[in-house]
Amino acid sequence: MDITRFISTHRRFLLVGFLLLVVAFVATFPLYTQQSHVRVLTIILIYVVLAVSWAMFSGTTGYMSLAPAAFFGLGIYTMALLQKTLPFPVIIVIASLISFAFALLVGLVTLRLRGIYFAIFTFGLVIFLTELVQFLETRIYHGHGWNITPIDNTTLLYTMLVLVVVTVLVIYFIRRSRYGLALLSIGGNEEAAEHMGINTTRTKVLYFAVSSIFMGAAGVVLAPSIIYINTNIAFSLFYSFMPILMAIFGGMAHLSGPIIGAVIFGYLEKMLRAQWSTYFMLGFGIILVVVILFLPNGIIGLVPTLQGKLGGLMTRLRKGEKGEQHANA
Amino acid sequence: MERILQLIIVGIFQGSIYGLLAMGLSLQYGVCRVLNITHGEFVMVGAMLTFTLSGLGIHPLLAPVIIGPLLFAIGFVLQSTLFRTLKAWAPSPAAFEGNALLAAFGVMYIMEYIARIRWSGRSYPTFILPDIVSFRGMEFTLNQPVTFAIALALGIAVYLFLSRSRMGRAIRATAEDPGTAGLMGVNTNMILAFTFGLGALLAGVAGTLISIKSSVSTTMGFSNTVIALIVVVLGGLGSVPGSFIAGIIIGIVSRLVAGFWQPVLTVPVYYAMLMILLLVRPTGILGKK
Repeated sequence: MDITRFISTHRRFLLVGFLLLVVAFVATFPLYTQQSHVRVLTIILIYVVLAVSWAMFSGTTGYMSLAPAAFFGLGIYTMALLQKTLPFPVIIVIASLISFAFALLVGLVTLRLRGIYFAIFTFGLVIFLTELVQFLETRIYHGHGWNITPIDNTTLLYTMLVLVVVTVLVIYFIRRSRYGLALLSIGGNEEAAEHMGINTTRTKVLYFAVSSIFMGAAGVVLAPSIIYINTNIAFSLFYSFMPILMAIFGGMAHLSGPIIGAVIFGYLEKMLRAQWSTYFMLGFGIILVVVILFLPNGIIGLVPTLQGKLGGLMTRLRKGEKGEQHANA
Repeated sequence: MERILQLIIVGIFQGSIYGLLAMGLSLQYGVCRVLNITHGEFVMVGAMLTFTLSGLGIHPLLAPVIIGPLLFAIGFVLQSTLFRTLKAWAPSPAAFEGNALLAAFGVMYIMEYIARIRWSGRSYPTFILPDIVSFRGMEFTLNQPVTFAIALALGIAVYLFLSRSRMGRAIRATAEDPGTAGLMGVNTNMILAFTFGLGALLAGVAGTLISIKSSVSTTMGFSNTVIALIVVVLGGLGSVPGSFIAGIIIGIVSRLVAGFWQPVLTVPVYYAMLMILLLVRPTGILGKK
C-alpha cells in the first residue's frame, strides 16, 4: 500500500488521532514524572494559549496587539483578589469576562482607527494598567503585592489542558467560519473588505475581545504557581513579547504554527531564563530580529518549500531508478 | 498661584526634553515608516554613555559631541541594513510597518541587555548643576533652565534644517513620495538612513539632558519610549513641530498631576488624554490628513 496516499486520503482522521494522543499524553503525564516537569508542561500550555489567541487576532488582521500582558495580568490579579472567596473555576470565568469587557473598551477606542495607532495604544496599555493597579492597591489595601495559596500542580495541569482544548477548538472553528474569513479579508485589504459588506469595526472589536478572553483565563492558572505577585510581576511586558515571538517563529498561516513556537520557546524559557536571565533576553532579541528577517512566515512557512524540494528529489530519484531499469532491460 | 506657576514652568522645562525625544520618533515614523520602539533605548544609551564619559573627565554638557555622532552611526546602520532589507522583502507597505515594528522590538531587547551586561541594572547618580537659582520668588535648580535652553535650541535647529536646507527638502520629499523623490534625483536610501540616524541622535542628546537632571539606569529606556509614543500621537504622527508642542503639553500635565495629585497617576492621565484625543481628533494636534 502506498503510504503517502494513505496519509493524504485519511489526513483528517490521522490528525484527530494524533491530537487525541497528545491530549492523552498530557493527561497521563503526572503519573510517570516528577512535579517539576509537570510545572514546565503547565507553563508551556499557558504559552500555547497566549500564542494561539494572539495569532488569532493579530496574525490574521495585521493589527499588532502588544497587550497580551495586560489581559494576562488582569487574570493574575483577579486570582489574587478572589482566591479566598470563590472556587477556582468560577474565578477563571470571572477573569475571562473582565478581560473581555476591558478588551471591548480598548477596541472601541482604538480599532475605529486604522493602522499603527492600535499598536501604539496597546503598547503603553500594560504600563497604564501597572500604574493604575498600583495606585488602587495602595489606596484601598495600603500595601503592595499579594501572596497566593499554591494549588496542586496536577490540578493546574488539568485545568490548563481543558483550557488549551477549549481555546484551540474555539479558534479552529472561528478560523473556519465566515467570521474567520472576514478577519482574513481585513488583513488582506480593509477597504475592500468593507466594500464587500463586512462591518470591519465590529468584527475587529469583537474578535480582539474574544482573543483576550483566553489570555485572561490563562493568567488565572499561572498565578498559583508563582506564589507571590505584585504589579510588576503580573503585568510584566515579557508576557506580551513572548507570545508574539512564538507565533511569528512558528508561523501564523496555520493553527499549528503558534503551538509549535510556544512549545519550543516555552521549554527554552523555563529551562534557561532562571540561570541565564540576561543572556536569555539578549538571545531572545537576536532571534526575534533573525526570524523576522529570514523566516517571516515562520517554521510553518518552510513546509511548502521543503515539500516542494523533497517532492522534486523523490521524483528525480524514482525517475532515475526507472531509467536505469530501462537501460538494464 | 505661585505654586501652579512654578509647576507649569518646571513642566515646560521637562516637556522640552519630551519634545526632543518625540521629534526623533516622529521623524523616523514620518519618513522611514518605522515605528521605532527602540527609541527609548537610544535615550538610555545616551544617558549611560554620558555617565561613563563623565567618569573619564568629560563634562556631561560636552558629551553629546561624542555621543551624537556615535548614535547617529548606529541609527544610520540600522536603517541601511535591517529596515532597508525588510522594506525590500515586504509584500506591502502595511506588512512592512508591522514587520519593522517587531524587528524594532528585537533590537530593543538586544540594546537593553547588552547595556545590562556592561552596566548591570542598578541606577547611577549623574546629577549636575544643582545650584538653586531663584526667579520672582520661584526656585529652580540650575540644570532645569540649562537643559531647556539646549533642547529648545536643538529643536529649532532641526526645524530650520528640515524646512530651509537642501537636505531637509530632500527628506520632506522622501516622506511625501519616495518614488517621485527618487526620480527627481534624491538618493532615497541615503536619505532614509540619514533621517533614522538623526532621530537616534536626537534621542541620544535627550538622554544626556535627562542624565543631567536625574539618575540613570539601563532600565530607563522603556518608559521613555512610552512617553515618546504618547507625545507623538498627541502631536500628530509625522508632524515635527507638533511633537515639540505636544511634548511641552505632556510635560506641564505630568508636573501638575504629580504636584497636585499622585506621581504614580501621570501615565494613567496621559492615557486618558490619549483616549479622548483619539476619539475626537485622531490625527493629533498638528497632524494632517
